[in-house]
Amino acid sequence: MGLFVAQLLTGLANAATLFLVASGLSLIFGVTRIVNFSHGSFYMLGAFVGYSLMQVLPGAIGFWSSVILSGLIVGVIGVIVEVLVLRPVYKAPELFQLVATFGVILVIQDLALMIWGAEDVLGPRAPGLKGIVRFMGEPIPKYDLALIAITPFVLFGLWYLLTKTRVGVLVRAATQDREMVAALGVNQSWLFTGVFFLGAALAGLGGAIQLPKGGADLLMDFNILAAIFVVVVIGGMGSLPGAYIAAVLISVLNVFGVAYIPQSTLVLMFVVMAVVLTIRPYGLLGREEVAGEHGQVGEPEKPIKPASGRARIVVGLLLLGLVCLPLLDSHFVLILATDIIIFCLFAASLHFLLGLGGLVSFGHAAYFGGGAYVAALLVTHANAPMELAFLMAPIGAGFAAVIIGWLCLRLTGVYFAMLTLALAQLLWSLVFQWDEFTGGDDGLVDIWPSAWLSEATTYFFFTVIIGVGGILLLRHVAHSPFGYALRASRDSNRQAEATGIDTKKIQWMAFTFAGAMAGVSGALFVFSKGSVFPNELEIAKSFDGIIVVFLGGVKTLSGGVVGAASLELVKDYLTRFEYWRLALGLLIIFVVIVAPHGIVGSIRRGYERLFSRSTTRVDGESS
Amino acid sequence: MLEITDINSFYGKAHILRDLSFSIKPGEVVSLLGRNGAGKTTTVKSIMQLVKPQTGQIFFDGVELTQLPTHKVAKLGVGYVPEERRIFTDLTISENLEVGRQPPREGVFEWTTDILFDLFPNLLERKNNRGKALSGGEQQMLSIARTLMGNPRLLLLDEPSEGIAPVIVEQMAQTILRLKDEGLPVLLSEQNLHFARLVSDRAIVIEGGLKKFDGAFSELEAQPEIRDAYLSV
Repeated sequence: MGLFVAQLLTGLANAATLFLVASGLSLIFGVTRIVNFSHGSFYMLGAFVGYSLMQVLPGAIGFWSSVILSGLIVGVIGVIVEVLVLRPVYKAPELFQLVATFGVILVIQDLALMIWGAEDVLGPRAPGLKGIVRFMGEPIPKYDLALIAITPFVLFGLWYLLTKTRVGVLVRAATQDREMVAALGVNQSWLFTGVFFLGAALAGLGGAIQLPKGGADLLMDFNILAAIFVVVVIGGMGSLPGAYIAAVLISVLNVFGVAYIPQSTLVLMFVVMAVVLTIRPYGLLGREEVAGEHGQVGEPEKPIKPASGRARIVVGLLLLGLVCLPLLDSHFVLILATDIIIFCLFAASLHFLLGLGGLVSFGHAAYFGGGAYVAALLVTHANAPMELAFLMAPIGAGFAAVIIGWLCLRLTGVYFAMLTLALAQLLWSLVFQWDEFTGGDDGLVDIWPSAWLSEATTYFFFTVIIGVGGILLLRHVAHSPFGYALRASRDSNRQAEATGIDTKKIQWMAFTFAGAMAGVSGALFVFSKGSVFPNELEIAKSFDGIIVVFLGGVKTLSGGVVGAASLELVKDYLTRFEYWRLALGLLIIFVVIVAPHGIVGSIRRGYERLFSRSTTRVDGESS
Repeated sequence: MLEITDINSFYGKAHILRDLSFSIKPGEVVSLLGRNGAGKTTTVKSIMQLVKPQTGQIFFDGVELTQLPTHKVAKLGVGYVPEERRIFTDLTISENLEVGRQPPREGVFEWTTDILFDLFPNLLERKNNRGKALSGGEQQMLSIARTLMGNPRLLLLDEPSEGIAPVIVEQMAQTILRLKDEGLPVLLSEQNLHFARLVSDRAIVIEGGLKKFDGAFSELEAQPEIRDAYLSV
C-alpha cells in the first residue's frame, strides 16, 4: 500500500512538468493553429537558463525567482521566434509553419551547445525541500510534494485567465474565428504574440522546475516532444483540464509501467493514446474539429498537369546525368547519389499521401524503417535470399499501412497526424525493445545484396531503376482515375462522396500504396548500407520527410523529390562543420520565409508571374 | 461619410466588382440590392478590407481604408455584421458581446449590454448560454448586438434577413429603424426587397459587379424594368 501511494505521488509529481509544457503547446496550437515543433526547445532552454540563474541567485528565494525568471526569459525568446520567424509565414499554406519551427529546433540546439556545452548538467536541489518525507515507510521527496501542490494553482491561474478576463475571452474567440475577431476591431497580431509568450513561458517554467529532478541536457527537446504531443492529443486539443488529466494519466501509468512491466516504458504512452483516440477520436475533453471553421485563407489547389515537353527534356537530361555518374569513378559520389535517390523515393511516397491525399502523416518513417526491417529480419532469421527479402519489404510495409491506415483514417486533421505518429512510435519502441528478435538498439547487421548486385556501381544502377521507377509510378498513379478520386476526396470530401466515390476507401488505398512505396525505399536503403537501426523508424526520420515535402512544395508534384534532393545535398555539405545544425536551421527558416510555397511552388509562381502579366491585364480590360 | 470610388475586387482570378462607386451620407440607411453572386458581399468585405480591392479608393470620414488591416477599419468605427453571422459558438452570449466591446466614441451613441438586452430581450434570457444553443434568428441578433458593442459610426449589415423567420425579420426592421433614430448610418445588403423598402431611404442595385441603379427607393419603384432585370422578386 505504502509503495503504491509513493508511486502514485511520483507519477503526480512528474505530471507537473508534463502539464506545464503541454498546456503551452495546447494554447499556441489553439489560437495560432501552428503545430509548434520547437516547443520542446523552449522547455530545454528553460532548464538551461534556470540552471545558469541558480548558479548566481542563492537560497530558496534565489531558486524560485530563477524558476520564474526562466519562464519569463523563455517567454521573451518565444516572442522573438514568433515575430521574426512565424509572422512572415502566417499566410502560407496550412501546416507550412511547422517547417519553420523545425528550423528553430536546429538553431536552438546549436545555440545551447555553444553556450552550455555538450555535457549534461545536474540540476541543483531546491533549498528547503531537499529531504524526504516517509509515508508508511516509503520515502517521498519533499520536492515532489511541492510540485504536486503547485500544479493545481497553475491550472487554476490559466483557467482564470482564459475564462474570466477580457484577454482570455479574446483568445478563445480567436481560437474559433480569427478573421471575425479582427473585424470587431481587435488586433490579432498582438494576441498571437501574447499567446506565444505565454506558451513559451509555460514551457520554460516546466524546464526550470524539473531541474532538481532531471537536470538539463541537449536531448531534452526531442525527448519531451512526443510526450507533450501525446498529452495534448489525449486531453483534447485546446483543452487545459484535458491536458492536466492526460498528463497525470500518462505520468502515473508510466511510473507503474517502469515498476511492473519495464519493457513497456517506451510503448506505454502511445498505447494509451491509441486506445483513447480509438474510443474518443477528439481526445478526452476535446471537441470535434470542423474543417474551415477557423477562417483559414485557403487558395484553391492548382490542377496538376501532365509534364510538358520541356519538363520531360529536363528530367531526361537529369536521368542521363545520373546514369553517367559512375564515369566519375568516385565511390563517395555513388554512395551519396544512392542515398539521395532512396530519400527522394521516400519523400515522393509521403508527398503522394500529403500533397495529393491531403493526409498529413507524422509517422511515415514507420513504413520506410518497416520495409527495411522486414527485409533485414527475413535475411537474419529465415536466411532468405536478397531478392525475396526485397520483394517482401513493400508487402510488409504495405501490410502495416493497411492496419495503421484503418485505425487512423477515422480521424482527420491534427488528430489523424498525431495518431499516425503514435502508432509509428509504437512500432519504433517495439523494434527498440524487442532485443532478441530485432537486435534492439544494436540493429541488424550483415544484410548485403546478392552477388550480382554486390558491386557499388551495379547497386547504384539498381537503385536508379527501382528508385526512379518508383517515383515515376507514383507520378503515374497521380494521373490515373484513382489519383483523381484521391484529389477529389482531399478537396471536397462531401462532394466526392456525393459523386459516388468511397472517399475513406480511396484514402485507405492511398495510405497503403504510399506505405508500400516507402517500404521499397526502405529495402533499397537496408541493402545499400548492409544494416538497419531503430533510428530509421524514429520521429526524426518522419519529420525529415515532412520537412522536405513542404520545403520542396506540397502543392507541386515534383516538390517531394526536389526538396529531398536539395536537403540531402545541403546536409552532406553542411555536416562537415561543427555548428551545422545552426546553419541548416537558419537556411530552412530562410527558405520558408522567402519561398512560402516551397521551392518548386515558388519558382513556378515567379515563372507564372513573369509570363502571365499580359493575360491578367487583358482580363481586366475586357470587363 | 463613406465614399467609394472605382473599386475593382477579385477572388483569385475572378473579377467580382467592376469600377464600383457610391457613397453614404451621415444618418442614411442605404440598401445594396442584387441577386446572388451580384457582388453584394464582396462590396461589404471590400469596405472591411477582408477582400482587398486591387484598384480604387474607399474613404471613411476622410480616412483612406484601402491597405489598412481589417482591425484598423473596425477601430475607425466601421461595424460589420457578416452574412454567416459568425458568432463564437463556444463562448457565452455575454462573452460574445465582450469580444465586440470597444471604448466609447465621441459624438456616437454609446451602447451597453443593458441597452442591447433591452433591444433584444431573447438574448438577456440566455446570456449565459453558449452561442451554439441559439436559433438562427437569435444568432443574427447576437451578431448585430456584438457589432453594436463597438459603438460603430457606420454599420454594414450583410443579408440579415437571410434564412430567418418572417416574424423575426419584422423585428429586425424595427431594430434597424431604431438605429436610424440614433443617427447611425447603415449599409444593408439585401435580396428581400420588401424588407429593404421598410427601412431604407435609398437603394443601390448591382449586377455582375456593376452598378445599375442608385437613387431613392421611390424612383426604383417607378422603374419596374430595373427591378425585373436585376432583382429576383
